[in-house]
Amino acid sequence: MICDVCKTNTATVYLTQIVDGNMKKINLCESCSKDKGVSDPTGFALADLLLGLGESQQVEQGPPTEHCPVCGFTQADFKKTGRLGCSECYHTFSEGLNSLIKAMHKGTKHSGKVPARLFRHLARSGQLGELRRNLEEAVSKEDYEQAADLRDKIRQLEEGLS
Amino acid sequence: MKIAAILATPGEWLSTQHGHHPVVISSRVRLARNLAKLPFPGWAKKTERIRILDEIRPEVDGLDQMQGGFSEQLNELSALEKQVLVERHLISREHAAKGMGSAVVIDQAQRVSIMINEEDHLRMQSMSFGLNLQKTFESVDEVDTALEAHLDFAFDPTLGYLTACPTNVGTGMRASAMVHLPSLVLSDQINQVVNSINKIGLAVRGLYGEGTEAMGNLFQVSNQTTLGEKEGQIIERLNKVIETLIQRENQARENLLQTKSTMLADQVGRAYGILTHAHSVSSKEALNLLSVMRLGIDLGFFPEDALVVINSLLMETQPAHLQHLSQQKLSAEERDQLRAEIVRKKLKNFPKPHNTNKLSGGSAAESQ
Repeated sequence: MICDVCKTNTATVYLTQIVDGNMKKINLCESCSKDKGVSDPTGFALADLLLGLGESQQVEQGPPTEHCPVCGFTQADFKKTGRLGCSECYHTFSEGLNSLIKAMHKGTKHSGKVPARLFRHLARSGQLGELRRNLEEAVSKEDYEQAADLRDKIRQLEEGLS
Repeated sequence: MKIAAILATPGEWLSTQHGHHPVVISSRVRLARNLAKLPFPGWAKKTERIRILDEIRPEVDGLDQMQGGFSEQLNELSALEKQVLVERHLISREHAAKGMGSAVVIDQAQRVSIMINEEDHLRMQSMSFGLNLQKTFESVDEVDTALEAHLDFAFDPTLGYLTACPTNVGTGMRASAMVHLPSLVLSDQINQVVNSINKIGLAVRGLYGEGTEAMGNLFQVSNQTTLGEKEGQIIERLNKVIETLIQRENQARENLLQTKSTMLADQVGRAYGILTHAHSVSSKEALNLLSVMRLGIDLGFFPEDALVVINSLLMETQPAHLQHLSQQKLSAEERDQLRAEIVRKKLKNFPKPHNTNKLSGGSAAESQ
């Protein structure tokens, strides 16, 4: 078996860990295992190790010349540091990042806190969608009185959003 | 507030005025936030970092919670002062390495600490004694809510709060509890326990976080993942695991009392003997022995009010605290001597270990 990190030497260290029911396996040669600080196979570093691997694999897939239009960051920089350049990098490199994020976290969709400003925004746009559906329904039923009422409400909300 | 004022008081989470928890020393919750479309601190040029700091710092300084607190740029602090803040868990080791363009703001009670331009533009943390994760989260959440009214935080409806490292994306929250597990260590169960915690997606780390050694039988248990669950769900999951840990540690304590009472009395007696008589003690040795003394208090070898002294020694015997106290540069050897001197002085009137009340198994073992 070949080492997952350097892909040249024969692997002599095999790590298996079950994270949230998913088995994650990693095979390392002696020098890479020392490099990554895997002296104790029962230690805590596997997640960090997996993260490091994900980065290098992802860099191979993605076009290495792509720059973030906001901060000028490249995938090669990510490989070096394991950190991104700015918040916009998440969109620039979304293709490679999404699989990495999926492997790293419990889910792929944020369900926690939302900044209040945005929360109001999202709540309003949700409300807006519902009002528009109601309006269509009212028009199809030819209930023009209710339709006019809904149209005014929608206008009011739209002004608030802009 | 000056750094000397921080040093003069122990920080609420180590004081015993609110009682004490035999297993969970402290709870900590930190949130990572960044300004939208500006380079993260690690990628920003120095001038950009300074500009970002200038935008954030007045907002942080102006928070109600931070009035009368401590606020300083990292380049204005000496290496020793930074190290003292690390030992107090008020800044991270990474932040201590920062200089120009980074700052730290700490509230008066040393409960809330806000790092500006650490790995993220903002790392806000709250800390409290015992197992108190929900309350601790609420206090840092309040700070976040106050700041977001003035600062445009990077947020994506799908990915949540966007952070420099993808491991923090989503809630940007890391909740952790510092637990004291001497009996699980003494009874060789600790590796098994650590492994099972790792298997359910939580991390166990040493005293000062990532990559640090577990000294003094102290461990930090924290969430590994930040995306896909609400803050409350993460905290609930962590709480359940810590409750189980408390149970396991208490069982192990009970077990030691019943089956290995002589070994236990020996450990406590030796810790007491060395600390009250040694003339040179390394910080690691001090931490390990103080840990045994703490266990001794929990198991009734010492009166409960003795904890005040042990807690203050836990802090004062750390290398930077010691160095700061002596006001001069000390060699490692001189530090070990000074440490032993301080410990001897503080423990001068400390009662001798006395195995009675809670030591139910002791007499039974002797009568066999």
